[in-house]
Amino acid sequence: MIDKTIIKELEEIVGPKNVLSRKVDLVTYSYDATSDMPKQAPDIVVLPTTTTEVQRIVNLAQEQGLAIYPRGAGTNLSGGTIPLKKGIVLSFQRMSTIIEVDPDNLTATVQPGVVIQELNNAVAPFGLIYPPDPGTVATATMGGSIAENSGGLRGLKYGVTKHYVMGMEVVLANGDKVRFGGKTVKNVTAYDFANLFVGSEGTLGIVTEITVKLIPSPKYRRSMMCLFKKLEDAGNTVTGIIKSQVIPATLEIMDKMTIETVENYTRIGLPTDVEALLLVEVDGMAEEVVEREAQAVAKVVKENCGELKLAGSDAERDQLWAARRAALPALAQLNPTVVLEDATVPRTRVTDMLLSCQKIAKKYDLKMGTFGHAGDGNLHPTILTDANNKEEMERVHKAVDEIFATALSFGGTLSGEHGIGMAKMRYLGDEIGESGLRMMRSVKEALDPHYLLNPGKMVPAKEA
Amino acid sequence: MTIAGVEKSRGTATLYDELGPVREELNKCMKCGNCMAVCPVYLTDKAEAGVARGKIAVAEAVLSGELDIVDPDVVAMLFNCLVCKSCMQNCPTKVNFDRIMLALRAAIVRKKGLHPLKNMIFSLLKQPKLFDAGMKVGAALQGLAFRDDPSKKAISPRSPFAFVGKNYGFDLHRSLPELAPTPFRDWVPEVVKVKDAKTRAAFFTGCSVNYFYPQVGEDVVEVFKENRVQINIPKDQQCCGIAVFVHGDVKTVRELARKNLDAVEKSGAEYLVTACGSCGGAWQHEYSELLGDDPVYGPKAAYWSARTYDISTFLTKVIDYRLPTGKVEAVVTYHDSCHLKKTMKVSQEPRQILMSIPGVKFKEMAKPDACCGSGGSYLLTHYDTSKEIAQRKVADINQTQADQVTTGCPACMMQLLDHVGRFGRGQKIAHYISLLAESYRREKSGGNGNVR
Repeated sequence: MIDKTIIKELEEIVGPKNVLSRKVDLVTYSYDATSDMPKQAPDIVVLPTTTTEVQRIVNLAQEQGLAIYPRGAGTNLSGGTIPLKKGIVLSFQRMSTIIEVDPDNLTATVQPGVVIQELNNAVAPFGLIYPPDPGTVATATMGGSIAENSGGLRGLKYGVTKHYVMGMEVVLANGDKVRFGGKTVKNVTAYDFANLFVGSEGTLGIVTEITVKLIPSPKYRRSMMCLFKKLEDAGNTVTGIIKSQVIPATLEIMDKMTIETVENYTRIGLPTDVEALLLVEVDGMAEEVVEREAQAVAKVVKENCGELKLAGSDAERDQLWAARRAALPALAQLNPTVVLEDATVPRTRVTDMLLSCQKIAKKYDLKMGTFGHAGDGNLHPTILTDANNKEEMERVHKAVDEIFATALSFGGTLSGEHGIGMAKMRYLGDEIGESGLRMMRSVKEALDPHYLLNPGKMVPAKEA
Repeated sequence: MTIAGVEKSRGTATLYDELGPVREELNKCMKCGNCMAVCPVYLTDKAEAGVARGKIAVAEAVLSGELDIVDPDVVAMLFNCLVCKSCMQNCPTKVNFDRIMLALRAAIVRKKGLHPLKNMIFSLLKQPKLFDAGMKVGAALQGLAFRDDPSKKAISPRSPFAFVGKNYGFDLHRSLPELAPTPFRDWVPEVVKVKDAKTRAAFFTGCSVNYFYPQVGEDVVEVFKENRVQINIPKDQQCCGIAVFVHGDVKTVRELARKNLDAVEKSGAEYLVTACGSCGGAWQHEYSELLGDDPVYGPKAAYWSARTYDISTFLTKVIDYRLPTGKVEAVVTYHDSCHLKKTMKVSQEPRQILMSIPGVKFKEMAKPDACCGSGGSYLLTHYDTSKEIAQRKVADINQTQADQVTTGCPACMMQLLDHVGRFGRGQKIAHYISLLAESYRREKSGGNGNVR
């Protein structure tokens, strides 16, 4: 339990309304969107609204030796915001002002609690978009997505969060406020700190303001669905499209299990007699370029024995993406627990990875559907299970171990977009080795020597 | 969890009699947080305790014994929900959050009883004569505390009362509908006969139409007459009971449901028609769920569940309503009442009716199905949150430049009356059916009938 005087001090800093200390409130910050994770309620939740407040809270936490867990909307899939060692959850839900949209410089500056979709709504009147689009755009915050370096469906062509962060303000563990980067397109002053903090999962500092890059909204697009009788053909089509030098905005795959489940759930009319389908969207500013790219895709699909269906209208396009968006919820309907991974491989190994996932599911006798962002090699093998079934969960954990080992053996990575958090921390050494772990600790300890910022996540602490 | 498992629990009413079965519903929640995008309370408070996901976590803690359901903090948190069902529209795994909420509230009442004040008011509902007498006394005395504002067809608190009431939203700028001097059902005949009737329908008026908006009742009757439907307004119908159900009073709602089923059955009508999303929803869903195990009333509730329609659905899907020709010049927008759209699944029909009226220019507002913040008694218990929710709604209404805001639920009408009064631009508030009735009336008076 936290001392009454500390509660009082926090209330003085942010006002009593922005301090939550009743048990009923604490329970609601004991989880995030990650399944199969331990729950832990914090000692207290504080909702700051200014950078100065954040600095004062950090100073108090340092004095008292309390851990701090920065939190946006808590929609991450790595257990990244669970207050594992108790202490203060620092929720940015109420620090959510869009400070500026600058259409002439193609930038926007926001507070961390701004929801991604709200930023997109604010820039849409200028014909601009902020491209990173994780599945949770309507709820996830800018601060959270920067901490997690979120990806999304458009990552293949438009990149991920780190490609759009131009500058930020950060409060460090010692209470210092630092600002770096800004509105200039070029900036090589000092280290590239923006890229150090993006994806740092709240373990290095607390982001309090962000300046991001905006781009003109693409004017034309063509969407299509491609059906395959063999999984290999779908995988080879992915490689083939990239090889023909077309970069679609979106290139998604669903395996048979996922297709059947989505069709059962939505009755959209997906064919269930195929092994895999690809959803492809090409877009751009010039109609003839988009048309040429669509034809190039069609050619590759044909060469790989696929059947192509073009979305003829916006309604048909919406239906295609509704099917893709339904993948996770549809799979989630089947079982109480869904273990969703995001192992990622080089694009040329997508076929190998898909086949390996099927083999692993069979080997451990598990229900697994695989879908994901095939175009950037970022797959989501999704295991359907029940956390109450101890014996099955053991098999699930073994299968997950093997999925990661396989991805690494193909030259891939543990996580393409969900982050390490607490869910994948124990695998970290497998990818970056002992020297990598030492470097992680050096960076962490330089900025947060007492491991007060989001402890138990991403950086395995030294053995005592 | 299998789909079959869900179906099984839906067939019984035990969820409201014991808390155990609620676990099945809780297990469906993945904690994805999609509910945060639409929850009106969360969007106002910006704290996890406001949103469905947070309340589900608390429910889990209650079931595991970590929290006590009658802990005042838990009770307060569970009542900070409008039961608007917006979260359910956005839920990928289709958690029936309304059932969770109502099951928990019922459990609170089972364990510690109803709050004495609630108990007094709810008991009154079960004694229709007493309730009716009380409402009439209120109507006679309202002039003491409220001043009439004829420009809005509303009343506002007089200054001494506003001074006391301002902490509960009863300040000088609060607009409320006037209590009708004579309730609707007191003067409307029990049967309104028409020549060559196509069919016979019973009209379940609900309390708001009966006591606050009798002219809406009158408009419903007008529309039925114009469409050659014989209408029966059972005299012994009572409150639908939803208002007490959301406070966990399962016993009273069951009692009211049985009385209403008897009253409507006696009318001999083929259909039941409502002009209020909450009442219609009760007939379509809650009654059969609550009385599922009752050998006598269970089958009756199921029978009427399939024969209950919002008046817009009845006009457009059951009978082929006669297109009106009287001109009503108005720029109109439409607010989707939560219970009408999210419980009764009615949203296109009222728009279809409005657009069929000559002279009506229809303007859609942004997020027409965002909750207005009324939540029945929520606006009394949580006036500040309710007001902030309504303020966002009125901002969307103002954007449309419409001069009339229509909706299909009298509770929303009351909320809009108050907050369009505070934040709007003098837009008129109306039930959509009133515009259709107006158009029919103008046919008869050669295009300029009695303008309201």
